[in-house]
Amino acid sequence: MSLISAKDLTIGFSDLVLYRDLSFEINEGDYVFVIGENGTGKTTLMRTLLGLRKPLSGEVVTDGLKLSEIGYLPQQTIVQRDFPASVKEIVLSGFVGRMGARPFYSPSQKKSAMDAMKKFGVADLANRCYRELSGGQQQRVLLARTLCAATKVLLMDEPVAGLDPFVTEEFYGLVEKLNREGMTIIMISHDIAAAKKYASHILHITNDPSFTEKKEYFASGRGNSFSIVSGKEE
Amino acid sequence: MQMIIEYLSYPFVRYAVIVGVLIAFCSSLLGVTLVLKRMSYIGDGLSHVAFGALAIASVLKLTNNMYIVLPVTVLAAVILLAFGKNAAIKGDAAIAMLSVGALAFGYLLMNKFSTSSNLAGDVCSTLFGSMSILTLSQSQVILCFILSVIVVIVFILFYNKIFAVTFDETFAKATGVRTGAYNLLIAVIIAVIIVLAMNLVGSLLISALVIFPAMASMRVFKSFKAVTVSSAVFSVFCALAGMLISIVAGTPTGATIVACDAVMFGVFCVIGAVRQ
Repeated sequence: MSLISAKDLTIGFSDLVLYRDLSFEINEGDYVFVIGENGTGKTTLMRTLLGLRKPLSGEVVTDGLKLSEIGYLPQQTIVQRDFPASVKEIVLSGFVGRMGARPFYSPSQKKSAMDAMKKFGVADLANRCYRELSGGQQQRVLLARTLCAATKVLLMDEPVAGLDPFVTEEFYGLVEKLNREGMTIIMISHDIAAAKKYASHILHITNDPSFTEKKEYFASGRGNSFSIVSGKEE
Repeated sequence: MQMIIEYLSYPFVRYAVIVGVLIAFCSSLLGVTLVLKRMSYIGDGLSHVAFGALAIASVLKLTNNMYIVLPVTVLAAVILLAFGKNAAIKGDAAIAMLSVGALAFGYLLMNKFSTSSNLAGDVCSTLFGSMSILTLSQSQVILCFILSVIVVIVFILFYNKIFAVTFDETFAKATGVRTGAYNLLIAVIIAVIIVLAMNLVGSLLISALVIFPAMASMRVFKSFKAVTVSSAVFSVFCALAGMLISIVAGTPTGATIVACDAVMFGVFCVIGAVRQ
């Protein structure tokens, strides 16, 4: 049984249809790269999968998957820029969906938050103010928060934007490790080289989207031409 | 000093000071959330609604006007929040209509039906609080006390969720937090705070009590917790100072408290600038 399945999704806005009849199934342990040009509706699709917005038609079926088992990394927003919050407070808030009626975080959650911060190399910034960090540091803080929230599925919207090559490499290594431990990954990215290396499936969003296994995708004309256009061909 | 001690020997002054401190304490708690969620205008709109409700209560000659002001203001908060989600009717326009309408009807009612010989004084004291904090009846003092304690307890219990919903509502919603319910909770708490604060500073000056402590603390402190604690201390200090100054100098209590807030805001701005 698939973890998340999309049935005949039509994605767009009230007066603009981006694409029609997209169906796919994502199974536990899959590593899906969502690629495509800007403005084709990748983020909108991700928000639809999360139930943050309704599709124009069709439906998203999640089988026994609770929202509190999902980690989501949105694209960075500017609203948070003048927010007075320490790194620790933000990372801990990743657990908020799983608190239920409990008012405070448990000691084990505090420890897990510390571990997540260590994984992304922001543990020494724990008491620093979020708004004083660099863009790359902020992104790593949000990644640590996402990791706290996710127990089954990680959805990430351009997670490597703003990260230097060294941290990017570390990030992919970490995600791969999580994936091998059973975490399902869905990632919007423009990094075709990484898609080639790590993905199990490719969801290519255009006005005629396709969901295929990686090998099949890169063997196809569509995969080849997109890689060349993206200039990331190795 | 002698004068203050003499005044404090009267029980009603002591009640006023205790209630004033409690109201200042809980009105500062949600300041950061209001400012950052761009909801400070809701606070302003609600204060006008509370004024209208107070006018109705005084026309009906209720012994404790909070029994009518509180439910009306909470209801208005819920309606305003629902309007905010409705894209067809703009949230800020709805607030403008509701608040100005309530203000007009409130004044009309007071003007037409009031039996008081000093109408201008009545209106003025509802708008600016004047000395009303010193004239609270015992039942009002008890109600203020209970409501303040409830607000503080609810805030502490939901502190982490309020933080999550304020910092990143999308993320909170995507990971299973019922953000709609928490937005409603925040709106209801704001309504309660506004009704409470109206007793202290009057309905026109309420926003100051909510926003000054948060804005000042955000200039100096770096974490949500530190800003919240600092806001509470800031607000209590200014309320105490304002009340004592008003006793000694014979100035209107509400305006004096807000003046203290404004001065302290300036001090915090300087501290924040020096620290950078």
